[in-house]
Amino acid sequence: MTDKSASFIYVTFIRTTPEKVFDAITRPEVSRRYWDHENVSDDWRPGSDWQHIKVKEARTVELVGKVIESDPPRRLVISWANESQKDDPDQYSRVTYDIEPKGDMVKLTVSHEELQPGSGMLKGISEGWPIVLSSMKSFLETGQGLNI
Amino acid sequence: MDDDRVFRALADPNRRRLLDRLCDRNGQTLGQLCESMDMTRQSVTQHLGLLEQANLISTVRRGREKLHFINPVPLYEVYARWIRKFEEGRLGLLHDIKQELERNGN
Repeated sequence: MTDKSASFIYVTFIRTTPEKVFDAITRPEVSRRYWDHENVSDDWRPGSDWQHIKVKEARTVELVGKVIESDPPRRLVISWANESQKDDPDQYSRVTYDIEPKGDMVKLTVSHEELQPGSGMLKGISEGWPIVLSSMKSFLETGQGLNI
Repeated sequence: MDDDRVFRALADPNRRRLLDRLCDRNGQTLGQLCESMDMTRQSVTQHLGLLEQANLISTVRRGREKLHFINPVPLYEVYARWIRKFEEGRLGLLHDIKQELERNGN
């Protein structure tokens, strides 16, 4: 059986509302402003497909997956794989966004689970998430994302 | 304010060692972390508490176990705010020197 035991948990506190965080994840016109990518799905309902599309370079689809659970604006669970590996079920990992209000802040927890130890995906996401989440925080608090 | 907590949490070698341990293997229990640290369980708990307050680690309950995960997001924020800015300055300076030298060469 494929070893999918690796997981990461990322937490950031953002001075904003849960709705704005949920929008920042699920609305392409928002995610492109701090992520350089659009997260696109017809309706973000369980069972629907989603895609992660690079804004530059002729809009390449880089990641694909399905929506597993959706409870706006508190929780979103999706599967996640490289577009080039989409036909291999072993390559799918799982990402959970938990969005909780904490006083005048929002605690955003991103849990990335069922990753293969030593995989390229694991390396990629462990470099990528801290940058993306810092940029999201900067964008939601100041209107300006980081240069990523 | 958040930066202060991060710098304070990083100012202790034992806490930095705990972060290294979690970087090597993410999602460890208190017991597992204690095995690799030469200190009492109580001290390890205190250090983990300070790291969690600084948001450098997060914890998750899985059944009866509490797992500790490194959270590098605040480190990246410190990097973006306190390191990258100065690197950009230095790269800019190199660029200026190159331009100046090339102009003088003509």
